[in-house]
Amino acid sequence: MSQTGQALAEGVGTPTPPVRSSTLVTRAFRLWRTRIGALFVLILVVVAIVGPYVAPHTASEFVAIPNSPPGGDAGVLGTDYLGQDVLSRFLYGGRGILVMAAVSTAIGLVLGVAIGLVAAYTRNALDDVLMRAMDVIMAFPQIMLALVAVSLVGAQTWVIIVAIAVTTAPRVARVARGAAQPVVERDFVAATESMGLSRVRILTGELLPNILGPMMVEASLRLTYSIGVIAALAFLGLSPDPNGANWGTMIQQNQIALATQPWGALTPIIAIALLTMGTGLFGDGIARTAAGIDRERGDE
Amino acid sequence: MPAAVSVRNLQIETTSGVPVVMDVSFQIAPGEVLGVVGESGSGKTTVGLALLGHARRGLRIAGGEVLVGDQDILMLDVEHLRRLRGSTVSYVPQDPASSLNPALRIGIQLREVLQAHAGGGGRDHDERIAETMREVALSDDPTYLRRYPHELSGGQQQRVGLAMAFANRPRLIVLDEPTTGLDVTTQATVLSTVRELAAAHNVAALYVSHDLAVVAALARRVAVMYAGRVVEFGFAEELFESSAHPYTQRLVGAIPRLTGGRSLLGIPGHAPSPGRRPPGCAFAPRCTMHIPECDAQIPPLSPVGPEHSARCIRAVEVMPQTQARAGDPVDVAPAAGSAVLTLENVVARYGKVEVLHSINLQLEHHECLAVVGESGSGKTTTARSIAGLHRDWTGSIRLGDKELETSARSRSTESRRQIQYIFQNPYGSLNPRKTVGETVGQPLAVFGIAKGREADHRVGLMLEQVSLSAAYARRYPDQLSGGERQRVAIARALISSPSILVCDEVTSALDVSVQAAIVELLGQLQRDLGLSMVFVTHNLPLVRSIAQKVVVLSEGSIVEYGETAQVLADPQQPYTQQLIAHTPSLETATAEARVGEQRRPVIER
Repeated sequence: MSQTGQALAEGVGTPTPPVRSSTLVTRAFRLWRTRIGALFVLILVVVAIVGPYVAPHTASEFVAIPNSPPGGDAGVLGTDYLGQDVLSRFLYGGRGILVMAAVSTAIGLVLGVAIGLVAAYTRNALDDVLMRAMDVIMAFPQIMLALVAVSLVGAQTWVIIVAIAVTTAPRVARVARGAAQPVVERDFVAATESMGLSRVRILTGELLPNILGPMMVEASLRLTYSIGVIAALAFLGLSPDPNGANWGTMIQQNQIALATQPWGALTPIIAIALLTMGTGLFGDGIARTAAGIDRERGDE
Repeated sequence: MPAAVSVRNLQIETTSGVPVVMDVSFQIAPGEVLGVVGESGSGKTTVGLALLGHARRGLRIAGGEVLVGDQDILMLDVEHLRRLRGSTVSYVPQDPASSLNPALRIGIQLREVLQAHAGGGGRDHDERIAETMREVALSDDPTYLRRYPHELSGGQQQRVGLAMAFANRPRLIVLDEPTTGLDVTTQATVLSTVRELAAAHNVAALYVSHDLAVVAALARRVAVMYAGRVVEFGFAEELFESSAHPYTQRLVGAIPRLTGGRSLLGIPGHAPSPGRRPPGCAFAPRCTMHIPECDAQIPPLSPVGPEHSARCIRAVEVMPQTQARAGDPVDVAPAAGSAVLTLENVVARYGKVEVLHSINLQLEHHECLAVVGESGSGKTTTARSIAGLHRDWTGSIRLGDKELETSARSRSTESRRQIQYIFQNPYGSLNPRKTVGETVGQPLAVFGIAKGREADHRVGLMLEQVSLSAAYARRYPDQLSGGERQRVAIARALISSPSILVCDEVTSALDVSVQAAIVELLGQLQRDLGLSMVFVTHNLPLVRSIAQKVVVLSEGSIVEYGETAQVLADPQQPYTQQLIAHTPSLETATAEARVGEQRRPVIER
């Protein structure tokens, strides 16, 4: 048939729609919850990074008599149980927590996604072995494994990071495997298999982009938990520098004066609450947007 | 005879006020089956659901009336509607597997329908259930009623769906493509059950489908819908022989025919989506008979014969053309005699179950070999074994004179390039996170054929070869229609210049008119590029337009193998004969329509 050519194609006449300019994250920012979450996180990240440079005093400088309420020599937030400036310690105390939480969560995510994808793709004994191993780790609460590691090796930065990364990975792996399983069954994976694409390329190039949505949600959720665990360890006195400024340590040290000088404990509590709420809201925004996009597409 | 159901001026729009269905009016007599035909997006399902007083999320019924007896369904409140649904009006959905509750035994589900509406108690219900089960040709044995839906076949599940719909002796029943996904033989029996039950109990039925051939096998009168309006309305056989709307004419041209290998004619262009419909005739942009007057206003549905009306200002000129507009005979060139692919003694297994028993086939140079059979016949397994996607097989598959490894991964890059596979469902075979350009260009990179600007150039050329434009490279799959997606999949398969193309039911997820266009494209590409092709399908008449040879599979064995024309004209095996008889084609459809014509007095007795 000579008229096949251009004439037969459905929709050739329709203008090409603009290339999808909005990614998942930019679309998620149309939701207020995402914006508020990102704002909270941004404020605290700025505090943690810039804080030490703008702090009126150093973290361990004696300013006024211990547990003085705000005002005068004691500064805007008063002093803590050793007479140090609460504001300065708050400004110094975020960086450690944030860096450790970010690094350990990132390692846990990479490990977990890799394990989850391999398990979902192989569908054989390796899948079982990997996932049962993950179940064993998950049988223990995260904080307990971290406590065991710290008490065996000592409260060093790398120990805490490894402990949190290793306990984060199985939880991520389970979500990654669940998200990847239906994708593995789809024909475009078989299409790349029939081309002979290497397994690594199939996992990273074909599967991974299709589970990015749930993985971003998981990332923000895991970050929230990591912050909590690190703060909790510090609260128990298990931070790399027990005398250094650290939000978790601050809560523990100043809780006795809660009635007379609440700001010593309340400031770090508010900071941690805002930070975890921020990551949580952000993750929720991403999750809702991803679900909306999938619905529009008629995927899944 | 007074109509059992009459729909007047039905208007349905989105909640933001964009009209979706406009001006739909029809009547159904008791015992009559009315067919509603249209492509996806034509509004046919929306109309079907409106008859139950239901509008899908995002839609609302804006006007008109649906009278069942003398009750206007659209005026009823929620509680009255609830009582009405399942008793006076009932619905048979598309997918029986998802419409039955997998956790409940079928007997309990049938009983629920009765308990919700009918009076009486246990004993009465038992009798009614047994009676309905017999009517849909299922066993009324209590042990059978204790089965769960997963213990039934697809056809049996759909019969249970029918039983549930007919159990309360409704006055109106809406069937929404209930045979999609069923085998042709199963489809034929389900269709005849619907027809008999409707006639026996004087139930008015509305049968919604995208397949004109299927509808004609069942319905006496058919409404053809396009872009939210009924464009033609008439007796089924009239639509076939003297359609008065160019759209119907093209739909008829797209139905595969058993006799004479004629090319199928697809319909160029897209059906306009709601909100983008042109001011005049909605079909005008795709119409070959388009004149300026067509764009002036929406043509009225005007009568062109007894009980035959069409929404076309040139209907009188359209009607005499129908027969002339069938496709040109296909020139299927004889194959060149040298075998490019040989299957010897291929036995394939899934776990411990042997699904293919000793398959012997030969694909010659430039030949298209059709592999036909019902689901479970092993046709897809055969195709997947050839492509190395199914690994668990023994025997020998040779490419030229080279023995192929079982799995694609262990084959050489060259043999992987030579054999390319196109999947059944274009909605699953394209990675949603990749642009069309990335998908089509992937084989170039994997096989090391071209990269960078050269690759982009080749992708553009390839897209034009499958009748898309090079600009499509920047689109994502969700911005494409089903037919366009399948073209992209074809482009991906052909860009590495393979010698063998394996097509696995490539049209079964598509509308009939799109199917015609895709088959035509494949046939043309096969001739132009000198491809050898394995064409897997359950649709025998479709084979006529494209394949030189056909092999019929049943339960993992070859039952018939020979020249297409010969096998279709003179099938030797009862299985093949049955398959041909049950497949909706232009011939069976017109024949059925005539039988329906003769049957009419009986139904309206």
